[in-house]
Amino acid sequence: MFQILHNVNLDWLRYRKVFILISTAIMLAGLGSALVRHAVPGGTEAFNLGIDFKGGTVVTADFKQRPAPEVIRDALHSAGVSDPIIQPVTDKEGQVLIRLPKMETGEANAAGETQVDIGRKTVARALRTLTGDVQVEPNAPFPAEGNAFKIVGTDAVGAVAGAALRNQAVAVTLLALIGILLYIGFRFEWTYGAAAVIAVFHDVLVTLGFFSIFQFEVNLTVIAALLTLVGFSVNDTIVIFDRIRENLRMHRRSTLYDVTNDSVNQTLSRTIITSGLVFLSVLAMVIFGGEVLRGFSVALLIGIIFGTYSSVAIASPIMVWWQQRLEVGREQSAATGTRGGGGGTGARAGRQQSPGARNTRANAAAR
Amino acid sequence: MKKNLLQRFVIIVVVTLIGLATILWPGRAPNAGDFTPAGLDNILRKNINLGLDLRGGSHLVMQVQVQDYLKRLTEGTADGVQKAAAAQGYSVKEVKPEINGNDYRIVLTADDNSKITEMRDQLPSKVNDFDANTWTSAASGNTVTWTMTDRAKTDLGNRATQDALKIIDSRINALGVTEPTLQEHGSSNSHQILLQMPGIDDPERIKDLLQSESRLELMKVVSPSNPSPMTTYPTEEAARASLGGTVPSNRRILPYDERNEPTSAGTNPDRKPGEPTAWVVVENPSVVDGSELRSAEAASAGPTGTEEGYHISFTLKPTGAQKFGAWTAANVGAYMAVVLNNRVQSAPFIKSQITDSGQITGSFTKDSANGLALTLRSGALPAKIIYLEERTVGPSLGADSIRAGVTASGVGLALVILTMVAYYRWSGINAVVALLLNTVLTLAALIVFKATLTLPGIAGIILGIGMAVDSNVLIFERIREELRSGKTVPSAIDLGFSRAFVTIIDTHVTTIISSLFLFVFGTGPIRGFAVTLVLGLLANLFTAVYVSRTIFMWELSHKQAKHGRVETLSI
Repeated sequence: MFQILHNVNLDWLRYRKVFILISTAIMLAGLGSALVRHAVPGGTEAFNLGIDFKGGTVVTADFKQRPAPEVIRDALHSAGVSDPIIQPVTDKEGQVLIRLPKMETGEANAAGETQVDIGRKTVARALRTLTGDVQVEPNAPFPAEGNAFKIVGTDAVGAVAGAALRNQAVAVTLLALIGILLYIGFRFEWTYGAAAVIAVFHDVLVTLGFFSIFQFEVNLTVIAALLTLVGFSVNDTIVIFDRIRENLRMHRRSTLYDVTNDSVNQTLSRTIITSGLVFLSVLAMVIFGGEVLRGFSVALLIGIIFGTYSSVAIASPIMVWWQQRLEVGREQSAATGTRGGGGGTGARAGRQQSPGARNTRANAAAR
Repeated sequence: MKKNLLQRFVIIVVVTLIGLATILWPGRAPNAGDFTPAGLDNILRKNINLGLDLRGGSHLVMQVQVQDYLKRLTEGTADGVQKAAAAQGYSVKEVKPEINGNDYRIVLTADDNSKITEMRDQLPSKVNDFDANTWTSAASGNTVTWTMTDRAKTDLGNRATQDALKIIDSRINALGVTEPTLQEHGSSNSHQILLQMPGIDDPERIKDLLQSESRLELMKVVSPSNPSPMTTYPTEEAARASLGGTVPSNRRILPYDERNEPTSAGTNPDRKPGEPTAWVVVENPSVVDGSELRSAEAASAGPTGTEEGYHISFTLKPTGAQKFGAWTAANVGAYMAVVLNNRVQSAPFIKSQITDSGQITGSFTKDSANGLALTLRSGALPAKIIYLEERTVGPSLGADSIRAGVTASGVGLALVILTMVAYYRWSGINAVVALLLNTVLTLAALIVFKATLTLPGIAGIILGIGMAVDSNVLIFERIREELRSGKTVPSAIDLGFSRAFVTIIDTHVTTIISSLFLFVFGTGPIRGFAVTLVLGLLANLFTAVYVSRTIFMWELSHKQAKHGRVETLSI
């Protein structure tokens, strides 16, 4: 058999403080970026929210000869649009995405036109000035002479709908986390469930942090990616927990600390291969999947890396720590009445730092 | 053992064939063209229900402005109460509708408080369309206040939304849009309607038609009869001054774009372009309104049928024709305003009794006349609609998305296959067979459940491949472990499957839980993603466990037949 990563014997739990430090640092960086961006006036926003959440219009225009972004921006300024964002599409040389912010705060003006109507008409009006007033129907071919453009797609979301979607997104993510907590709590114990949920929450926060730092656009598909990543990250954690449960049953005399380390080591090859394969699939999506799926695939890419990492570095240590605290509590309350020494020794024997024969493997690694 | 294996084999083959047939069957007798790439493409497009983001089309979310409907209802009822009070001889100072935010009230102020309770109790029954369930009444001093109940607001709002839905439905059908989706949208009190029109990539004209209020009314103009010219006023203030400063409930002031009819007043020199040339006072309520229309057609004015010379001919239903006939007979010579959406289109005078037909003239082009006739036929919307959300995808964008999705899927699948075969050798091929079958079954399930395939849905298929592979990896790694610890090949395989099964169930359930939330929360494309992912996971439970196991069983029995005991396994 060609195999990698079998007979690994690392003491993962030993480095848990380092892992948690790294994770906290990354999360703080993300949080810091969001706060700083939010607080600094006139700068960027905490998150680059797409129109799904902020309201606004995105018009996709296809030019026969695409003018430079500054030219397009000037034309839009003259048409009365204050802050358009021009984004030339990288894999298509004629196409450009034009993002317009909310045009007005009210819902409708006298003619019954709203955000939705005004955006497209304004853009069309502005762009016509660039092509000598030549606008072509989406299905028709470009004329042979001179420049022309077509509007091949529009997305417009009113401000009210955008805010509603934003709230829904947050609510659904939290509900999904609770659902998973309940299921794992039911299948294992609630400390396992809590540890898994904390790890997943960490993954979501880290991914959002990256999105804040690099100002990737957050839209509905990104939220879908986050929810998928919740499912994936929990998978990795469950595989380890399953093995822990099985090993605890088979090796009743080992400590939780040792069993956890063993379980992680035993499942390591599966974890690396599966995460690697999913990573490759998502990489294919990032490269070939096109502009529409870009945010989605990038979110998943980041999420898979951290999801795998968190199952080992966050979920397991937290679960172990919690279980041990509970056991200490149980043993102490069971030992009331006996002398403190006896109870204390018993408790110490159960805890991980006991310098006993049980942790020879850890000591061997340390040497 | 042999019989069991044969049974399993047959089941798998049957399922595979059904899956392939579901995807590839053209729905008619196959011909030679079906075997070309173009032919295949056509069949796939026909069988798979593509979402708007792949097919191209428009997605519109509109909201019915229910508050307008309730306002009009309140005003109409207040008017009815006033007339009833007058008819009964009560001495009433005024009956006023009062609308504050979300509160709708009718306030009747009497001259004294002598008959207040009597009025409160008697008047409602004398008014047409006064639904006692809609209003609660309270009398104090010399006023009676009717307040609309919350329950009524909800019920009426929902009814208005339902009516709007039906009217929009008939307009869309009249336009000939293929396979539109029209349904209520969002939470129950949001009064939102979702319209999806595949293939329509420029919805501007359709949006205008859908929104058009098309409220037609025929009303008598307050003016001396023909041959005197019709009384008009240059400004709205002048018109109001003629009524004594305030507009009573039996009068309305409407803008009017005059053309050829003779009028009395000159035009306002300060008039800005777009403002009406004059204002007229009409009697309220109308003689006949749009609900009495039987038909409306666009027609050209004269024999030449110039572009600007279109008008709309309409006919009335029998009850409306009767009302109209009676009124015109009694009012020969009077000026009658043809009012469209609170604007006077024209004001001809009654030459003689008209019973059931009329004309709306104006500066209509052929398109606008046709559009107007269409909206008149479908009925007037109960309230205004505004657009909250609009997404249009042109067909080229849609084709691009399909190409991108298919390429990414292909590359992803290829990478996974290569890795599995390189790492697990012959067992890798086992996994690949299971994977391919998984993809086939997922697509087939999509078609059977008529689920929509969107671009995120294609991403869901790619992810499903990743998760399917996970199940195989779990099983194979376990088999390797058991082999390493010295178990025989058959027992290692058994243990691998049985021990990994629990984990497979756990991982699938948790991913399905998070997908369920995605399904509940998401709209179109995101739902598509959740659905394909869940279908892929369910198919995986069959392929990764049952099918993989069968292949191992076949491999074992084949080797046992050849060599006796099985010592090694290519994994």
